[in-house]
Amino acid sequence: MATVQVSEAEKVYIMHGVRDDLRVDGRGCEDYRHMEVETDVVSNTDGSAKVSLGHTDVLVGIKAEIGKPKPAVPNEGYVEFFVDCSANATPEFEGRGGEELGVELSNTLYKVFNNRHSLDLRSLCICPGEHCWVLYIDVLLLQCDGNLFDAMSVAIKAALFNTRIPKVQVSEDEEGGKEIELSDDPYDCMRLDVTNVPCIVTLSKIGHRHVVDATLQEKACSVASLLISITHKGLVTCVRKLGVGSLDPDSIFEMTEVRNTGTEHPVQTHTRTHTHTHTYIYISEHYSYFFI
Amino acid sequence: MAVDMRLPTARKLISLPGSLSNAEGKHLVVPGDVITSDTGFMRGHGTYMDDEKLTASVAGEVERVNKLICVKPLKTRFNGEVGDVVVGRITEVQQKRWKVETNSRLDSVLLLSSVNLPGGELRRRSAEDELSMRDYLQEGDLISAEVQSVFSDGALSLHTRSLKYGKLGQGVLVQVSPSLVKRQKTHFHNLPCGASIILGNNGFLWLYPTPGHQDEEAGGYYTSLEPVALSDREVISRLRNCLLALAAHKVLLYDTSVLYCYESSLSHQIKDILKPETMDEIVMETRQRLLDQEG
Repeated sequence: MATVQVSEAEKVYIMHGVRDDLRVDGRGCEDYRHMEVETDVVSNTDGSAKVSLGHTDVLVGIKAEIGKPKPAVPNEGYVEFFVDCSANATPEFEGRGGEELGVELSNTLYKVFNNRHSLDLRSLCICPGEHCWVLYIDVLLLQCDGNLFDAMSVAIKAALFNTRIPKVQVSEDEEGGKEIELSDDPYDCMRLDVTNVPCIVTLSKIGHRHVVDATLQEKACSVASLLISITHKGLVTCVRKLGVGSLDPDSIFEMTEVRNTGTEHPVQTHTRTHTHTHTYIYISEHYSYFFI
Repeated sequence: MAVDMRLPTARKLISLPGSLSNAEGKHLVVPGDVITSDTGFMRGHGTYMDDEKLTASVAGEVERVNKLICVKPLKTRFNGEVGDVVVGRITEVQQKRWKVETNSRLDSVLLLSSVNLPGGELRRRSAEDELSMRDYLQEGDLISAEVQSVFSDGALSLHTRSLKYGKLGQGVLVQVSPSLVKRQKTHFHNLPCGASIILGNNGFLWLYPTPGHQDEEAGGYYTSLEPVALSDREVISRLRNCLLALAAHKVLLYDTSVLYCYESSLSHQIKDILKPETMDEIVMETRQRLLDQEG
């Protein structure tokens, strides 16, 4: 992953800042940088979104194609992830440099999104066992400034919200062969239900505390981080530990506990605000704040 | 916890009354713009001849010195000159030299013979010193230094032969384009708001708590790892966000502009400074104050 060099003294400064709940950019431990979401940015996709979080820039494009369902689940469609690490983000990604990270990121995205709880895969079915919609979700990293996963999950959710899948009609001719007819009207389309699509919250352990939305500098100070993907109902679809260090079971518990108990439900509110934002985007509100 | 999400908005261009607008004050060009089709001029940096016409190859401001036409780019790598103050990061420790990343096109070098080692200025560099170079400066460390000379290929040779230069301790590094840093007599400032700043000519700005007393003996290679007071941290974080706001609006950075921006940001929370609408407001106030001060 893209890394920056940080001197020992800078690390000490950052760690003491986290301890005092005042990070280098003035945020508290549980503050996100402000996020900009733009949908429908790439015209030759079925749905797209661009998210920038600080200097992290992620572009997501979704293409729907007709394919064959997987034999194990004949009445469901499926999603495919591909993460492309552009060399614009960091020179390390030049040539095949970004491949390893790309594969790692897309594998994680599979775990997070490819289950029946987050996306209604049955709605992607056209003809059980024969035809289904396959969603190719392509993620392009344009700039890396930490917290890739959270930005990616928001971008994917926004792009899924934006996705229009053309309606199809299946007709049968005399010999029993099936014919698929696509509607000519571009507005005659199906929208995906994104309410249950999870958002990722990455918590990085720095010193004895943990922070959300770590910048690259802060990431350099943290030995391990915990990735939690959660839906607005509070359903956790994936938990993963990232980084080389280890996390004490107690601290994992503490990290999830802080997220899930108490009066505020920060993770859930995070995801909920997120879904709301989309409705706002849809009615083209200028911008919207959410304070909980 | 609050998450602030929004749609991207285009930034409004506001010209202040009394300031020179771009059209009248400066000749601004983008790559491919024809600067002049008069052949009587000489081709300088940032320009090329295209069909007998002098054309800009970078985006920036046209500068004319007699018959020589250059374009000074807005966003650029650092072109060092002798005497420039720079802040840099050690990338490699080599034989008798450190490689330093200073945002120039080639890595700069800091020779072992051009640093002040602890224990007297006129000490002979022994083989032991060479072996313990990593004890003074190791990969990732930040230093402040001055450009001693420029090699023929444009690489810089640095020196830290003064007590004001040397290894940097706790603080925050902010990176901006070198063209935004105003050249001044001094680039070290103890700001009255309670923090100090080094405005490196290379666009690396270093914010640190104002040191109480200078430890002469250490020769600038001792760093304190004592926690910085919360009040100092707040000032430094605020200054950091102010610097980024000014840089985003392409305001020239020097002690007065930084201080004015700091003062106009005081009515906002530190973390809000980087929100576009707050940034607009603060920077506009700063520009207005700078204009008023110029008279």
